[in-house]
Amino acid sequence: MILSKLKKFVEIIGAMTIENIRGIGQIWLFGLRFFYWIVKPPFRFKLLSEQFYFIGNKSLFIITLAGGFTGMVMAYQTYFGFKLINVDSLVGSVVAITLAKELAPVLTGLIVAGRAGAAMAAQIGTMKVTEQVDALEVMGIDSYQYLAVPRIIAATFALPMLSITFLFVGNIGSIVVGTVALLIDETVYMSKLSEFMFIGDVMQGVIKATVFGFIIAVVGTYFGFNVTKGAEGVGKGTNLAVVWGMILVLVVDYFLTSFLVQVL
Amino acid sequence: MLTFEEPAVSINSITKEFGDHTVLNKLSFDIPRNKITTILGFSGAGKSTLLKLILGLHKPDQGSIEVLGKNLSKFRPIELREFRQNFGMLFQYAALFDSMTAVENVYFPLNEFTSLSMEEMIDKAKKLLISVGIKDISFDRIPSELSGGMRKRVGLARGLALDPLIMLYDEPTTGLDPITTKMVNELIVDTAKKNKDRGMTSIIISHDVKATLRISDYVAFLDRGNIVEYLPVKEFEKSTNPLVQEFINL
Repeated sequence: MILSKLKKFVEIIGAMTIENIRGIGQIWLFGLRFFYWIVKPPFRFKLLSEQFYFIGNKSLFIITLAGGFTGMVMAYQTYFGFKLINVDSLVGSVVAITLAKELAPVLTGLIVAGRAGAAMAAQIGTMKVTEQVDALEVMGIDSYQYLAVPRIIAATFALPMLSITFLFVGNIGSIVVGTVALLIDETVYMSKLSEFMFIGDVMQGVIKATVFGFIIAVVGTYFGFNVTKGAEGVGKGTNLAVVWGMILVLVVDYFLTSFLVQVL
Repeated sequence: MLTFEEPAVSINSITKEFGDHTVLNKLSFDIPRNKITTILGFSGAGKSTLLKLILGLHKPDQGSIEVLGKNLSKFRPIELREFRQNFGMLFQYAALFDSMTAVENVYFPLNEFTSLSMEEMIDKAKKLLISVGIKDISFDRIPSELSGGMRKRVGLARGLALDPLIMLYDEPTTGLDPITTKMVNELIVDTAKKNKDRGMTSIIISHDVKATLRISDYVAFLDRGNIVEYLPVKEFEKSTNPLVQEFINL
């Protein structure tokens, strides 16, 4: 009895694992199509600029808000830890490096996955269930090229810019809290910042954000194109786009970090 | 089975399966040029699959489909995409792009495939909208601001934008009230008449038997993946096929 239940449990786990691996494989193949279609005319710059505006410009407020408060909180948390060992002058550099390498790209990725990734899945999913995607195909327009390519390009370029904005605003927040609230000497704060922070640290974040932008858009559009069963399907596709977007950002972040710390 | 010289669409012994389910089974028939042909059938008979095969959106597992004398299976994907510009289609729920106005929906294919200036495109789009009975007050409305019947008209205008040689109608009257149904049927006949000179073929997928008998030149009855009756409309009405009779008398 227990053995059969255990067998069934293992079977369920196995089936779920296979299904998820297959899903990741399908997302990967879907993403690869981008490299074929990006070089094929026509190039729809108007659609690209619309997506750039939506993913980049419309995310600015939430990114600025998140960046500012993250920098401020980080400054506080680091200060009280560092003060115990009398290295509170390093608060600025530690916050800046953490933001540049990790927090700015990852938090930007998570925010954009929740905002723009979900919107991509919902927009394309709705177009799918209302036959608008079929209408494109019937007209002789490749729906992937028309709908997915501009979104993927826009997200891939917008994410690093948003991440740099996050980093910049985060540092402003950290400087304000560090020098005004925590009374760290401004000159010491800035000198330590320039002593320990390098361009490679910023580059790490920019590379990560670029990869995350690509992943978020591929996942968002993939789940949009795979929507079935009407409104319920659109909701499910949107949910999956956010969940998988976030999971992949976190998982890929680990592998990118392990690679980038060796080369930069 | 009816045969025609130089048919618009020639379906040669096609089979289409999805998993274990055979949707179309060695189906063969021709659709004449410059006529209105309706493919009737119960839900699940394979009508929509047949439509997608004619459009080249699906490939048959066996057999071949010739459209305007060209074998679809011999096209490369990019050629097939270009060839689809010969088709216009009115979708069941119009499938208008919901972020665009009526005029933008109609000039969308012109913008994608012609070198017309913006003024020329807008001008042609407006003429098409007027020809299907849309008044200028509705030109700049988005689909959610249009009634079901008006959306169908705009969808038809969009389908006609590139002067297609084959116009497809997927369940054009499903979900419409009787008055709008009558209007859409009249629109289909009117469109066919207006485009007769340039040889446009109309293919309708439907289960609306009354409308079919009123507007079609030829009627094919699809059942379980096969054409069980295919006749000119007058003869179809008198068909002795029990399935057809059951369908007509429903």
